[in-house]
Formats: sequence, C-alpha cells, structure tokens
Amino acid sequence: MSTLWGNDLSGFWSAWIIIITLGSIGLAFWLLYANRRTDKVPDSDGNVDTTGHMADGIAEYDNPLPRWWFLLYIGTVIFALCYLALYPGLGNFTGLLGWSQEAQWEKEVTEADARFTPIFEQYQAVPIPELAEDAEAMQVAERIFLNNCAICHGSNARGGNGFPDLTDEDWLYGGTPEAITHTLEKGRSGTMPAWQQLGEDNIENITQFVLSMSGNAEDPQRAAAGETMFTSMCTACHGPQGTGNQALGAPNLADDIWLYQAPGQSVADSVRETLRNGRNGQMPAQAEWIGEERVHLVAAYVYHLGQQHPDK
Amino acid sequence: MRHEIIEKNIGLLAVLVLVVISFGGLAEIVPLFFQKQTTEPVEGLKPLSALELEGRDIYRREGCVGCHSQMIRPFRAETERYGHYSVAGESVYEHNFLWGSKRTGPDLARVGGRYSDDWHRAHLYNPRDVVPESIMPAYPWLFDNQLDGQDTPSKMRALRRLGVPYSDEQIASATDDVQGQSEITALVAYLQQLGTVLPSSARVQ
Repeated sequence: MSTLWGNDLSGFWSAWIIIITLGSIGLAFWLLYANRRTDKVPDSDGNVDTTGHMADGIAEYDNPLPRWWFLLYIGTVIFALCYLALYPGLGNFTGLLGWSQEAQWEKEVTEADARFTPIFEQYQAVPIPELAEDAEAMQVAERIFLNNCAICHGSNARGGNGFPDLTDEDWLYGGTPEAITHTLEKGRSGTMPAWQQLGEDNIENITQFVLSMSGNAEDPQRAAAGETMFTSMCTACHGPQGTGNQALGAPNLADDIWLYQAPGQSVADSVRETLRNGRNGQMPAQAEWIGEERVHLVAAYVYHLGQQHPDK
Repeated sequence: MRHEIIEKNIGLLAVLVLVVISFGGLAEIVPLFFQKQTTEPVEGLKPLSALELEGRDIYRREGCVGCHSQMIRPFRAETERYGHYSVAGESVYEHNFLWGSKRTGPDLARVGGRYSDDWHRAHLYNPRDVVPESIMPAYPWLFDNQLDGQDTPSKMRALRRLGVPYSDEQIASATDDVQGQSEITALVAYLQQLGTVLPSSARVQ
C-alpha cells in the first residue's frame, strides 16, 4: 500500500515547492531585517521620533520592535528551516529523519502485532469449548464483541428486533462451535419471501396457525384453516412441525422465541408483517474485518454465552 | 515611511495580502492538481450509481458530515477500528469532498458492508432502537419521502463535466433508476458502498 502514498512529484513541481517555500521564508526574513530599526529613544539630542499619528494631542512613539519579539521571529525562521531539513516538506526531499506517515503507521502496527499475535495464536490453538471456559480469554473476547458485534446484538448480546439473541438456546444456524465460527467468518443471509399475493384472509389464517404452534393462537378456527396452507407452502423451510431448519436459517416457529418484534408490537402483528412483506436477515462476514484469530475468540465467546443460559 | 502608501490604500493592501496568502496555496495546493496520487482513481473505483448519488445528496442535505468524518487517518488506533486508512485515489470522483472534520459519531469512510441494510434502516429510523446510548438524531421522514429523479441526470451531467466518467446510458436511465424509490433506500445504498474499493482491513489482506 505504500505506493499509494508515494511521492511522485515531477522534478518541476518539486522545484516549484522548494523555491516557493524557501523563497517565502527568505522574503519574510528579509522584510523584517531590512525594516528593523536599532535607534534608541530618545536620541542624543533629546528628540523623540513619533509616527506622526495624533489622537487628542497624544503622539504615537515610533519605537523599534522589542528585542525579544525580534529574536522570537528569528527563532521561528530557524525552526522552520530545521523542520524542513528533518521532515518531508521540500518537494521530493524526504527529510534527514526519513519520517513518513505510512512508515510510522507500519511501525505502530508491527509493534502491536509483535505484542498481541502470540496471545491470539495461543488462543487459536485451543478448541472452542475449552476456550469458552478460560475466563481471561473470555474477557479479551468480550472487548472484541463489544467493539464489533454489540452494535447489532446489543452489549448484553440479547439482540433486538431482527437481531438474534445470542444468550438463548434458539439458534438460527446452529449453536455448535463449527456453526458459530462459520456464521462469523462467512456471514449469513436469510430470506423469508413475501406472501402478500395470498390475500389478507389467508395471511390471517396462517398467522393464527403459526401462533398455535407455540400455544399463542387467538382464533382456533382460523388456525385450523391455516394448517393446510402452512403444510403446502411453509414446511419446505420451517419443517412439518414448524421447528425450522438450521441449514437454511429458517427459524423454529414452535418455541415462542420471536426474532422480529418491533417495540410495542404484538407477536401476531409481527407474524402478519413477516408474511406480508417477507424478511431479509443479514449477518455480515467478519473474517475480513477482524481476522481469523479474533473470529475464533468471538466464536468461543458466543458459545460461552449459550452455555450460560439457565436452561442448559 | 513607505508603508503609509500601503496602509492608506485599502485596495492595494487587499491585493498585497492576497499575494502573501497565495504563497501557501501555490506551494501546498497547486502541485496536487498535477499529481497522480490525487488525480488517478484507485483500481476498481466506479462512479456512484444514480441511486447512490441521490443517497449521497441526502447525506449532504441531512448534514451527516457535521458529525461523521469519512477520513481514516494512518494511525493504528484508527485502522484497528475502521479498516485501512483512506487514500486520495478513493476520492477522485468526489465533488465536493465529504471528509468532514469532526467526529461526534464514528468515521464512516469504510462503513460499507459492515452492517446489514436492515440495521441501517432500523438505526436511521430511530438510533435508540438498536444502540440505546446513541445520541444521533432520528430520520423517520426518509421512509416517507420518495425520489422523483427529475434532477438526477443533470447532477450526473454536472459531475461528468468535472471528470466523473458517467456514460450516456447511465445518465439516460438515471431518472428511471431512482424514481419511486424512498430516500432511505437511496441513503442505505450510498452507505453500503462507502470504502468498499480498498481492502476493508489493514490487518487482513
């Protein structure tokens, strides 16, 4: 990547920058030096120079610049010249220190890698179920989770409307170490098609049947009417008992755990909305962002969260 | 005292002040117009689609740039969190730049693909629904407002004049591409492509 920052100024522009920069420093210095006055006030005859500015009869002395101010100005000129000698500033001249922002960044990263890579490698060698028992590793993993995962799944990992709760026993794509690692590395994409074309009446029937599977049906008659439709259209993904299919990420509809439920929305309304408009669940792939070592740690953390569940 | 001539002629003073100030610009800005680093796009950079372009204008209209920068600096603390540092070649088609100068919220230079579309929609509808401690304002009207796409071809033509390589076909279909789409769709489309041209992480390449 260093080429992206490379200095590729042509000789002309390099010279242009050098001449303008040094020229303007020289001019500024000359301007002050040529105009400096060293005469004392008052002079040997006792006369006092004034600028000629009068205000209510009070004249303004035309004194030379204070010495400290003059020297400070010279100091800034010297500082500028030293800076331009040490750091890149004059066209293609890279400076005596050889400093560059990408080299500084690379140094920071190399130092951090030297410190942290052995720790992550050590964790990576440990299988997930065992790593999940390591309190120190889980502390490290929690920080990574909070930085990268909490924004959707919540800092307590309890999820939200459309974002799975990671602390319960309900897994869309499976809760084995392998399944969790796969989810983190490659991401997941779950699609529930929209069934608007069935009409409101059928959608209501199916809604009631879906609710009946978790014992929430409000209208048993409609639920019974919805069963045939569910069997012909929904079982391919959700299974005949509505228990879902982890290979597809089709949720279990019988466990009374609902992925989609807006604040203040009833379960029935949420199911109706799902049937009408469909749903599109996306888990972005993380391997590219945080790397395999951290994926391994976070996978162990998510596995660990599942293990903490009281039903376990 | 010759400086009286300058001090008593405001016009002359103004001209000379401009001359002095221009030295900085001549040395620091003008050479950039002629440098490959700033004028050549990075490999794979494409102009924004009509929908993304409208999304970008919504981003500007809502003042997102006031709180979100789009400029990852080459510090480990930043590349660790946001991904590879920003490079000039990524911004070649940007008119105007939305680099920003203030981070009340996080940098967005590489937010593309980081979160799902649904997350962005939920977050923009009411940030507190997904991030309880967020202080970001809610933008519910983006879900109601629809684009008519009447100005989209003109915007693309203007950008083409500034050097963004839009094709005639893209401009011709621009209105149809965005007409009837909601503003939230356009904004999310814009956000989801941000920074996706370069590898997303400096650590994993």
